[in-house]
Amino acid sequence: MAALSLSNVGPIYRREIRSYFNSPVAYVVIVVFLAIVGWYFSNNLFLMNTASMRIVFELVPLVFLFFVPAVTMRLLAEEKKSGTLELLTTKPVRDVEIVLGKFLAAWTLLAATLAPTLIYLVTLMMLGNPDLGPVVAGYLGLMLTGGVYIAIGIFASSLTENQIVAFLIALVIVLAFFLADKVLMYVPGVIAPTVEYLGIDYHFSSIARGVIDSRDVIYFGSVLGFALLMATASLERRKW
Amino acid sequence: MSIAVRNLVKKYGDTPAINDISFDVKTGEILGFLGPNGAGKTTTMKIITCYMPPSSGSVEVDGMNTAEQSLEVRRKIGYLPEMNPLYLDMNVIDYLEYSAQLHGLRGGAVQHRIKEMVHDCGLEDVRHKDIGEMSKGYRQRVGLAQSMIHDPEVLILDEPTSGLDPNQIAEIRALIKQLGRAKTVVLSTHILSEVQATCDRVLIIHEGKIVANGSPAQLQQEFQGADTITVELKTGPGDPLTLIAPKLKAVAYVSGVSLLAHDDGHSTFEIHADKGNDIREALFRIAVSEGWIVLEMHRRVTTLEEVFHKLTTA
Repeated sequence: MAALSLSNVGPIYRREIRSYFNSPVAYVVIVVFLAIVGWYFSNNLFLMNTASMRIVFELVPLVFLFFVPAVTMRLLAEEKKSGTLELLTTKPVRDVEIVLGKFLAAWTLLAATLAPTLIYLVTLMMLGNPDLGPVVAGYLGLMLTGGVYIAIGIFASSLTENQIVAFLIALVIVLAFFLADKVLMYVPGVIAPTVEYLGIDYHFSSIARGVIDSRDVIYFGSVLGFALLMATASLERRKW
Repeated sequence: MSIAVRNLVKKYGDTPAINDISFDVKTGEILGFLGPNGAGKTTTMKIITCYMPPSSGSVEVDGMNTAEQSLEVRRKIGYLPEMNPLYLDMNVIDYLEYSAQLHGLRGGAVQHRIKEMVHDCGLEDVRHKDIGEMSKGYRQRVGLAQSMIHDPEVLILDEPTSGLDPNQIAEIRALIKQLGRAKTVVLSTHILSEVQATCDRVLIIHEGKIVANGSPAQLQQEFQGADTITVELKTGPGDPLTLIAPKLKAVAYVSGVSLLAHDDGHSTFEIHADKGNDIREALFRIAVSEGWIVLEMHRRVTTLEEVFHKLTTA
């Protein structure tokens, strides 16, 4: 095959972004997200008197468990159902370009959702002198975790025409990754380290401590890449 | 830009949707794909447009194999799928821009082609309207505009007029004829008059096989059964069965005569003649020599409907 050209990612990305932000979906999602996180943050700040971003980094991965599948469920399922996917895949566009364009669009929405939480950081900086290293690392960790969830969500969305089914499949897979390192006491000792390594929270907390370890980066990169590959393969399933 | 389909087979599980289909479409030809629902029209089109590969056999568009040079083939094809799927939340201009970009058009070429297609497909009044708010006829125009945005050399249209009212059908048909000039067009339909009005050649497929292939006129001729002629004669009093029928039977090539109606010196006969012989002139001459007055004479021609019916019901 000729050198991989990804020139069609752009148009697909822009269409998805427009579709998110031209409909109430993006705004509803952002508002709900900020309301939840903001409530916990201000509780923490005013009632517990802790000026820390820690609560954000503890809470957001949990919220993402539901938030991300809701954002990704329609990405391919809707196009499958309406038939536009047939039109899209008969244009001179590679399946991987479709998957990447949609992935990047959902990732952008995620970033746009997280961006307003920087106001909490500004608040903290006015009140005290927070250590910025872990905060930057924490945000990086959130984007990576969210990225993995999105990739899984797109894969789930490629499996069905039904958005609710896509949501549930994504939720189950994402929960499995989230819980992996929390059920270690129930798994046989031999495979416990492997299961722990698969746990997404294990790597997230490692990054959120401010240490960017190559093992964690490799973990995020490979799970994300694998999920996107699976989504592409699942799109190509029509050719089997 | 020719299309060559060779020994195409597509199986869903064990049941073949199409079973060993071969045909050619010449450059500039409009080919009509005819067949009952489920005959394999859509499947064949999905293979030509590289949506899915065949189980066996091959399709070449301009000498390029759809399986091996899929991207190149897709660049040359404009496709309007069955049911005309569209993004209902986009407006016409945005959607056409998106389609143009996916076909690799960039910069000024995009705007130029959008302008042309909006004009050609009569979309000026609705250009900024959301597709979801538009009528079926307009949506179909958007679907056509989308399929031709990159000025493709091959057009594949899967039931482009289904679900439209008669006026809209006429409009879309005229559009296809006008815009499809100098393009190689394959269109499927089950409206037979459409084939007669638009297509150079017809392919009738049934249960995954090609059962007829030729121009509409050729097919009518090929499947023309025995000639049937209805004549109404004014013959005066007397029993038409004994007085007239034997004389009609004596005309060359006549194989059978039956009396359809008889009333007060008027008789209507149905006359069967051997296939491929026009006996109207002979009938006229005998009427003149016998002094009968011909009130009506009508030769029944096999319609495409009858050809279709004959071939697709077994």
